[in-house]
Amino acid sequence: MNYLTRRLIHGIMLLIGASILCFLFADFAPGSFFDEIKLNPQISPETVAALRSRYGLDQPMPVRYVRWAKSVFRGEWGYSFAYNAPVRSLLAVRAGNTLLLTGVATFLAWLIAVPWGIWIAAHPGRGIDRLSMGSTSVLLSVPELVLALGLLYLVVRTHALPVGGMVSLRFDQLGRWSKIRDLATHLVIPVTTLVLANLPIILRHVRSSMMEVLKAPFIQAARGHGISKASLLFHYALPAAANPLISLFGFSMGGLLSGSLLVEVVTGWPGLGPLLLEATMSRDLYVVVGVVMSSTLFMILGNLLADAMLLAADPRVRMQ
Amino acid sequence: MKTGKMMTSKTMTNKAKTRAAAMVLVLLHGIIVFGGFIAPGEPASQNRDFPFVPPTRLHFVDAQGHFHLRPFVYQSVSRPEGLYEYEESRDQEYPIHLFVEGPKYKIAGLFLSSIHLFGVEAPAQIFLAGSDNYGRDQFSRILYGGRISLGAGLLATGISLSLGLLLGTISGFYGRWVDESVMRIAELFLVLPWLYLLLAVRAFLPLHISPVQTFFLLIAVIGSVGWARPARLVRGVVLSARTRKYVLASRGFGASDSYVLRRHVLPHTYGVLLTQAALLVPQYVIAEVTLSFLGLGLSEPLPSWGNLLANLQQYNVLVSYWWMFAPAMALVVFSLGYLALADAFHKRLQSVTV
Repeated sequence: MNYLTRRLIHGIMLLIGASILCFLFADFAPGSFFDEIKLNPQISPETVAALRSRYGLDQPMPVRYVRWAKSVFRGEWGYSFAYNAPVRSLLAVRAGNTLLLTGVATFLAWLIAVPWGIWIAAHPGRGIDRLSMGSTSVLLSVPELVLALGLLYLVVRTHALPVGGMVSLRFDQLGRWSKIRDLATHLVIPVTTLVLANLPIILRHVRSSMMEVLKAPFIQAARGHGISKASLLFHYALPAAANPLISLFGFSMGGLLSGSLLVEVVTGWPGLGPLLLEATMSRDLYVVVGVVMSSTLFMILGNLLADAMLLAADPRVRMQ
Repeated sequence: MKTGKMMTSKTMTNKAKTRAAAMVLVLLHGIIVFGGFIAPGEPASQNRDFPFVPPTRLHFVDAQGHFHLRPFVYQSVSRPEGLYEYEESRDQEYPIHLFVEGPKYKIAGLFLSSIHLFGVEAPAQIFLAGSDNYGRDQFSRILYGGRISLGAGLLATGISLSLGLLLGTISGFYGRWVDESVMRIAELFLVLPWLYLLLAVRAFLPLHISPVQTFFLLIAVIGSVGWARPARLVRGVVLSARTRKYVLASRGFGASDSYVLRRHVLPHTYGVLLTQAALLVPQYVIAEVTLSFLGLGLSEPLPSWGNLLANLQQYNVLVSYWWMFAPAMALVVFSLGYLALADAFHKRLQSVTV
């Protein structure tokens, strides 16, 4: 079987496993959405029971799971108790927003980290290298939450950027270019937070894997042939150092998504994070499952993308 | 010859680094454990006349320009014109005294005492990190909150590592279908983004329960969610240790499974476990802080670094009272210490195995 097909099937198995895990957790749960309603004396116990059976909460776990799986195939992803709407309609917009935020952040973080990491790997022990290593180790120990709050504080004090939300109130009246600019200015704080949080890890990996490769004899040989430094670094060393970095790209999605959840909540970005928090507070079961499944889906897609890149970058993987 | 010398000097510096990081961490934890002694006040005692007092300034030179060897403070009085604005009344100096009588507390949670490291005479107050919206001393709250946040982090790490050690050992030692199934489940836990997983597990647990229950519930949730990575690492070590020649030899002499595990296999895992512990503790402290910040963890009046930081969710607090960031500083300092330790452990592990 083809390498990518195998990875795809593996990803789908993981998704199914994750959904079963979610339902198992939910099965341990002592309460449900309708517990709050039960406390309301105006609603009779019969009504609550009717509601429960309408949403299938009185059924055993496997039955509920099958019902949910069927609704996933219908494109509904279950039903939200709080919004009284199919979960997918809630998820679609939110997931798009999260994807925009994490996508931009990932792109920028790699765009900055790769050349920077290559540069300091080529000059180990110099001032710039030490400075980078020192500052990233400090940055590593500052949690995203603190980063986001700190940036927010700076921005609020200086009034440099709009704070909160994704677009301004008058967004609909703007022209196309002003719309893009408005969105971009709102992106600055959350994206900066995510980039600052993820840059240290990527930078360190780029540096260490480049340093490993630069020690190799073929680099010495290339240098002996008088190949220019830029070409040496980017055409000779980088492709050889790329493998662990591509794997890191897949792994780092999890951290990025978790960080994004927090940043979204703190800066008011209407992504999956605030939705999950809200659903957690109101015990909106299928919304929680839906959000967790979408984040898992992103993660698996990130890994698949990494697999595809690995296939393109490394002939050894193609030979398997 | 030259490389050998370089190697020793490198390992020496790593040893010194490990020691330095460990010493700093012991000191920091000591401060938290003896927080009751170091804190000038009680974490819960309110002073509603003094909300949002900025950090008290320590003075050495008085209004007349005289230098005092013993630092002193001025009393903070609220400005009549502004809300929550304070100024120092320069009429009288209140010198800082060491080992003063104060509210009762328990030394390290064991012995009752009322001696505090430092304090000033009433009516002056000393707020080293300012006061919060109820006029509670933030410095004391950070110290007491550290007990909860760090306690949660350490206990949750204990749970994760025990689970990881148990499952990783079983998986690596017995192999075959046990290994296969444990590792598949581990993969599932690893593929879910941790914060989403944490929130999802939290979502299915009761929200309104007593603080003590919440504390242990949080620890259980955080600890049990993170078992997969240590389990994988332990499995790898066990797998390679199991087939070593001396293990086969001891088997030949009729050693039992438990003897081989105890004597030959598990000692190999300690390095990995230590490194993981140093990595997990700050992560789990941050997890507790995150959950409490989001309102899903410990709630007032119990202080934890997370719910102290949660004050910053209010716009006016974020804008006007910068000292409410103080708990974040504590968090960063602890993370730095633990990460330095993890780094040193990791290097040691590599130098041993290579």
